[in-house]
Amino acid sequence: MVTELANEKSAYSSALRDLMKVSGEPSWLRELRGSSFDQFERVGFPGVEQEEWKYTNVALIKRTNFTPVVNSNGTALSKRNGLAPFIYDETRDSTFVFVNGIFRDDLSSCNGLSGVVALDLNDALQISEYERVIRASLERNADGDNNGFELLNTALFAGGLFVKIPRGVNLSTPIQLQFVSEPVKGESPAAAFPRVLIVGEENSAATIIESYRATAEGVYLTNAIVDIVLDEGARFQHYKVQRESAGASHIATTRADLGPKASYDTTTINFGAALSRHDIHVTMDHEGASCSVDGLYMVEGSQHTDTHSVIDHRQPHCTSRQLYKGILDGKSRAVFNGKVFVRHGAQQTDAQQTNKNLLLSSEAQIDTKPQLEIYADDVKCTHGAAVGQLEPDELFYLESRGINPALAKNMLTYGFAGEVIEKIQIESIRRELDEAVLNRLHSDLTIDV
Amino acid sequence: MSTAEILGNREYKYGWVTDIESETIPRGLSEDTVRLISAKKDEPEWMLEFRLKAYRNWLTMKEPRKWPNIEYPEVDFQDMIYYSAPKQKATKASLDEVDPELLRTFEKLGIPLSEQKQLAGVAVDAVFDSVSVATTYKEKLRKVGVIFCSFSEAVREHPEIVRKYLGSVVPTNDNFYAALNSAVFSDGSFCFIPKGVRCPMELSTYFRINNSESGQFERTLIVAEESAYVSYLEGCTAPKFDRNQLHAAVVELVALDDAEIKYSTVQNWYAGDEDGKGGIYNFVTKRGKCAGRNSKISWTQVETGSAITWKYPSCILLGDNSIGEFYSVALTNHAQEADTGTKMIHLGKNTRSTIVSKGIAAGRANNSYRGLVKIMPKAENARNYTQCDSMLIGSNCSANTFPYIEVMNNTSRVEHEASTSKISEEQLFYLMQRGISQEDAVSLIINGFCKDVFLQLPMEFAVEATRLLGLKLEGAVG
Repeated sequence: MVTELANEKSAYSSALRDLMKVSGEPSWLRELRGSSFDQFERVGFPGVEQEEWKYTNVALIKRTNFTPVVNSNGTALSKRNGLAPFIYDETRDSTFVFVNGIFRDDLSSCNGLSGVVALDLNDALQISEYERVIRASLERNADGDNNGFELLNTALFAGGLFVKIPRGVNLSTPIQLQFVSEPVKGESPAAAFPRVLIVGEENSAATIIESYRATAEGVYLTNAIVDIVLDEGARFQHYKVQRESAGASHIATTRADLGPKASYDTTTINFGAALSRHDIHVTMDHEGASCSVDGLYMVEGSQHTDTHSVIDHRQPHCTSRQLYKGILDGKSRAVFNGKVFVRHGAQQTDAQQTNKNLLLSSEAQIDTKPQLEIYADDVKCTHGAAVGQLEPDELFYLESRGINPALAKNMLTYGFAGEVIEKIQIESIRRELDEAVLNRLHSDLTIDV
Repeated sequence: MSTAEILGNREYKYGWVTDIESETIPRGLSEDTVRLISAKKDEPEWMLEFRLKAYRNWLTMKEPRKWPNIEYPEVDFQDMIYYSAPKQKATKASLDEVDPELLRTFEKLGIPLSEQKQLAGVAVDAVFDSVSVATTYKEKLRKVGVIFCSFSEAVREHPEIVRKYLGSVVPTNDNFYAALNSAVFSDGSFCFIPKGVRCPMELSTYFRINNSESGQFERTLIVAEESAYVSYLEGCTAPKFDRNQLHAAVVELVALDDAEIKYSTVQNWYAGDEDGKGGIYNFVTKRGKCAGRNSKISWTQVETGSAITWKYPSCILLGDNSIGEFYSVALTNHAQEADTGTKMIHLGKNTRSTIVSKGIAAGRANNSYRGLVKIMPKAENARNYTQCDSMLIGSNCSANTFPYIEVMNNTSRVEHEASTSKISEEQLFYLMQRGISQEDAVSLIINGFCKDVFLQLPMEFAVEATRLLGLKLEGAVG
């Protein structure tokens, strides 16, 4: 145990030492890295004795001797080679590529984006106007309760990205943030710490696609933080598609702060990784904001996926909608914890939350906890959760039309996932997910005649 | 006038103290205290062993302070009296020997114990501070084989049954307060319904705390053998003291094949004053085990009192086809806090559970529903339906829902629904324009909100609960 700790410390702390050597970082950032790391060493990785991690054991991550990636190594990837399958048609000229968490300008294509500021975080820090907002985002440690993963990201991120959609810009082209994991030769498994800050100024509009893929199967850790700050009237759509390799651990935090009348619609898809955990935190601290926070997790084998969502209504007249669906097969396990807070004085809040789960196998396990905490009386809040199997009546209906039982089952499962997928506005993502769902079901839904 | 002002502050009508000489043991808790209580009750060796084991467990346990959504100052377990009994003659063969002052006390509480005045069809066990003072209709029940007596008497008279079931549902190391109770419990009620007997009347226990410095630690055990049926009611009150008092009870229910136990509670402990001074800390462990096939346990609770309520009446659905039910109304006003709900653990095949929880928060109160539905891998075709509704009255209170759903079986079906609402202006206006006063209109709406639960209560209790709710909310609605 002691040796494990020592190893873990040495790999992460030597990465921190390397980062401290990088010239040009502002002194506050060095201090922040240092204090975050100190705090990480105190609290460590979260354990199952903590309520928020009750159902998700990260002992494997704790045990594995990861090597943090803190500088840009050579890559076998090029724009033409290896990357193409990951890029959506809609974003050929608006993609930012990260390899093992480090932003790669050379692999990115942003010809299709005009009027948008997109800079390596290090470069953006040199511009005082941006430094202020980046600092606020990095120093964010709400109530001092950042978990071990978030602290470690703040200590060890290198080469993140800063994106700003200026006032009034309505971006018709979606932006893709492509995170690629590539095996690092001759080293222990890589740990990547992607960090992105996206700012939407007044009345701007944009669509962000955040996608996680790997060039090869293998064990690695992704520990990402994406912060989104929306000013008055900004309207953002955000898709997160997690299709990491089967051996990977994917830990991610998404935090969105909504300004007055801002709207934020997000859909998170969790298909990949052996262990995935997504903390999504939407704060509505201004009147008239609205959000919809949807998701679909589909796991099999011994996969484990965990979504912890917080929708925080702090001011009056905000609206939230949430629909999370899960399909579990094999011995997989899924966790959904959805908190909706309605703070004191947040009158006229309208919040709806639904979590539905489909268990396809007898060994799958789901732990769901939709949670409402309400401190205002003039509100409309409902939540619901359901766990079940396919409706026998529906199966019978299809079978009575001559469809074989296996296909009928697949059709209904596909339809169950469809409720989330069909709301996605980007056609290529819809197509990709359709295919992925059918692959998972080993079916193309064609009816043999 | 605002609705909040209307539901004013009617005095807690059970807040008086009976002036009676009582025998108490010194403050504080140690192994000697446990031995002393056991000796006072003249208990057999195995009972003392049970207590000591629990006490030693308790020493190693921590108070659950972090996870419940309640706040209260540190409880000093050494600054409390663990045994207090009214002085009386050695035995009480008949009610004539019970101190008339005690009879008057219960009469004043609306629970007449003398035979001629008794409520027809309800047998009562009256518990005053640490001991049971009288049990009515014992003989009549004995004729059909039903044993209904104080817990101490059961330990003396029916040790084999008590020993078999005590701690079988709530083990001594179950949780901090259950361990404490198992070490120092003083009295409580015991019911045993033999095979095939349908208990001819409602059984009930009335708990009264009188001493200002004692805690109350009662223990209830109900066993229904094959095909037996019993409906059991429980009521509680306490005087108004500025000091907080601890009530840590343990209730165990066991239902064998085809048996049914219906357990109803109307809890009206003193809730403290408007500023939250005084009141009872109600930290209770209640659990039923549907041990047999086709058995059924149903909990109905109306929680209106206590400064703090921490209580999760649960069902372990072990027998195939067994049924668990939980119907709850929890009302919190002023500075009251409640963190209450249930646990339904499905182990057997085709087990079913229903949860209906109605939470009402007014004033500065904090009302939480916390529930667990757990479907184990072997619980094929298990079914759960949960509905939790909250009503907020005023803008300084809070209503929270913490449902935990853990499913390990794909043939099961679990549904959870929750909503939050307030008394709508339209509803109030509609009733008032028909000539109904604002106060009555509010009362009507709230009773409608709680109807699903009240319907489950035995008749007398339903009337009482409806009235109680009206009283409690005086001055809360705005």
